[in-house]
Amino acid sequence: MCGIAGFFGTPDAPDTARRTLERMIRTLHHRGPDGYGFHVDGGAGLAHARLAVIDLATGAQPIANERGDVWTVFNGEIFNYRTLRTELERRGHRFATQSDTEVIVHLYEEHGDRFVEHLNGDFAIALWDAARRRLLLARDRCGVRPLFLARVAGRLWFGSEIKALLAALPGHAQLDPASLAQTLTYWGPVEPGSVFAGIESLPPGHLLAVEDDGCESLACYWDWSFPEPGAPRRTSVEQAAEELRELLSDAVRLRLQADVPLGAYLSGGLDSSATVALMCALGQRNVRTFSIAFDEAEFDESAEQAAMVRHLGTDHTVLRCSRRAIGEAFPAFVRQVETPVLRTAGAPLMLLARQVREAGYKVVLTGEGADEVFGGYDLFKEAKVRRFWARQPGSRFRPALLGRLYGYLENSPVQHAALAQSFFGRGMEHLARPVFAHVPRWTSSQHALRFLAPELRAGLADWNALDWYEERLPPATRRWGPLARDQYVEAKSLLAAYLLPAQGDRPAMAHSVEGRFPFLDHRVIEFANALPEHWKIRGMTEKYLLRRALHGLLPEAIRTRTKQPYRAPDQSSFFVDGEPLDYVAELMGEARIRAAGWFDAPAVGRLFEKCRRGRAIGFADNQAFVGILSTMLVHEHFVRQAAA
Amino acid sequence: MSNDATGVRSSVRSYILENLLFSSDPNDLPDDASLLDRGIIDSTGVLELVLFLEENFGLQVKASEMLPQNFDSVNAITAFVERARSPA
Repeated sequence: MCGIAGFFGTPDAPDTARRTLERMIRTLHHRGPDGYGFHVDGGAGLAHARLAVIDLATGAQPIANERGDVWTVFNGEIFNYRTLRTELERRGHRFATQSDTEVIVHLYEEHGDRFVEHLNGDFAIALWDAARRRLLLARDRCGVRPLFLARVAGRLWFGSEIKALLAALPGHAQLDPASLAQTLTYWGPVEPGSVFAGIESLPPGHLLAVEDDGCESLACYWDWSFPEPGAPRRTSVEQAAEELRELLSDAVRLRLQADVPLGAYLSGGLDSSATVALMCALGQRNVRTFSIAFDEAEFDESAEQAAMVRHLGTDHTVLRCSRRAIGEAFPAFVRQVETPVLRTAGAPLMLLARQVREAGYKVVLTGEGADEVFGGYDLFKEAKVRRFWARQPGSRFRPALLGRLYGYLENSPVQHAALAQSFFGRGMEHLARPVFAHVPRWTSSQHALRFLAPELRAGLADWNALDWYEERLPPATRRWGPLARDQYVEAKSLLAAYLLPAQGDRPAMAHSVEGRFPFLDHRVIEFANALPEHWKIRGMTEKYLLRRALHGLLPEAIRTRTKQPYRAPDQSSFFVDGEPLDYVAELMGEARIRAAGWFDAPAVGRLFEKCRRGRAIGFADNQAFVGILSTMLVHEHFVRQAAA
Repeated sequence: MSNDATGVRSSVRSYILENLLFSSDPNDLPDDASLLDRGIIDSTGVLELVLFLEENFGLQVKASEMLPQNFDSVNAITAFVERARSPA
């Protein structure tokens, strides 16, 4: 795990180029505190900040091939590098290091641009082909590792985080209104956008080639794909469960490769428990685990965490996270994620990463991704019930199934059946659309758009969020089954655009901790995507096949536990006894809201007052408050202070 | 808090404008506009509304009264409050 930065285009004097690279890479010190490396060649510059995890002695980057005409810097891990290396050595390639990085340059020599298809890992790669004078940028399949781009002054600039680009391009920090509206609706900007104007994110599963003449070609080498309904089933459910357990075990095994000690997050849910149990089953001894506990019962999973710790005998540390700690950490968290967010849940994870690092650990395995891959979220079941209901709209029994959802919420949207049916019964006209499942969530999130400044709201008058999103979906999504469509939209809008950056890479890397996610091994995803939908959600049981695969590995109470998504207190984190934290009072105050220009000061004032009085109960207000505050923090740090 | 129907309507309107629509423009809220259809309340937002009614009009809203037809517009809420306060 590391940070990378660089450029390709109009040449500078070598010392000027080097100084530019140094400015960029220093902003990524938190991603790689173990050393910097540089390579400058004409108009191309590569910089690397290293977090030493594999090959501590000789793994420094940039790394070149035998002839020194192919160079790479990369952030992440190639988990199958040993297998790749063996094959490459058999083909005559000579390796100078023991690192996973070096397979990249030799694979490129062997396979050209298709080298990336051979990698099993989480990565953002920059590869410089000096002989052909071309730059390749590639990103892992799911978007675990970030990579941002900007095209300015005859150059393509890239960096693991936006702050690296802004270090080279001062004055380019402007928020983009359209991306802000997307973020406040879908929870993240839609690829390839970022919330900053002129700065893009390389989409997951894509490779960008930039030639010497400046021509660019962007290719998708992998995407979530599902069979069309009626495709033949390959195996029985028993065989599939067995196969899945073996595959998951191998995904964990690959992620245990490191020359530093490994830990794990243990939330008390099925997915992280399975990850740790598989680590133990693979012979890891005295596994070090970490978890978060909250004072509020609605968010706390301490009892389940303790049960797993007892079951597995791990050496466990609990971070008890107060609302105030979340509120105080939030500005640093937003600086780290560089984008507005609608939830505070990433901030406790940043605090947990600090604890992991202080305990001497650089790498943790987590259960991230299992809900997207195996159908774990209530959103999937909610859509299933709504589709079932739509087949007999007059049925009283069918919508009653909604009452089996959201049991973990203190103010559940389904606690009053008639109201729930009225709310979830809306949007049925979208039944055949790929975004059907997401209509309730996005409708609730879009409440935040009410608070935009009047001229920005006017600019959105013709924007239909459902149509706009759907126009960007691959045509194949329309041919897939309903759960497949829901999973695809969730993988893009929630996992890639929100969870992996804001609850995965960024909060962990704030303290130089690398997260590894066995459930996002592309072999696991491809296996799961090919399964019949009723093996993922059977009746109203989510992750059915995964639960079956884990039989005997976990205590039954954990294995059969209903999904409780990880959440943290939202707007209440910013008030103590009805008084706002100082920075919250300042940023949400009329003067700063008006000066920033993004929001309507009177409307924000009313929301602020409602939250201060503890009267904001629903998701919509909580999300709007966190969205506005985080936007103001992004503006404050990256725009206002940068311009001052 | 005024206790007549006009007072109830006015209080309900003010509450919804201020706390659910975050607006000061009365034109944003016709009395017959569906709060659910317009996305002004969702199924948890209605709990805030119920809290307001209970605290300001001396009501106890029963679970059996948690129905969309009681809370879906200013007109509906006003009528509900009037019914709830009427002697049985």
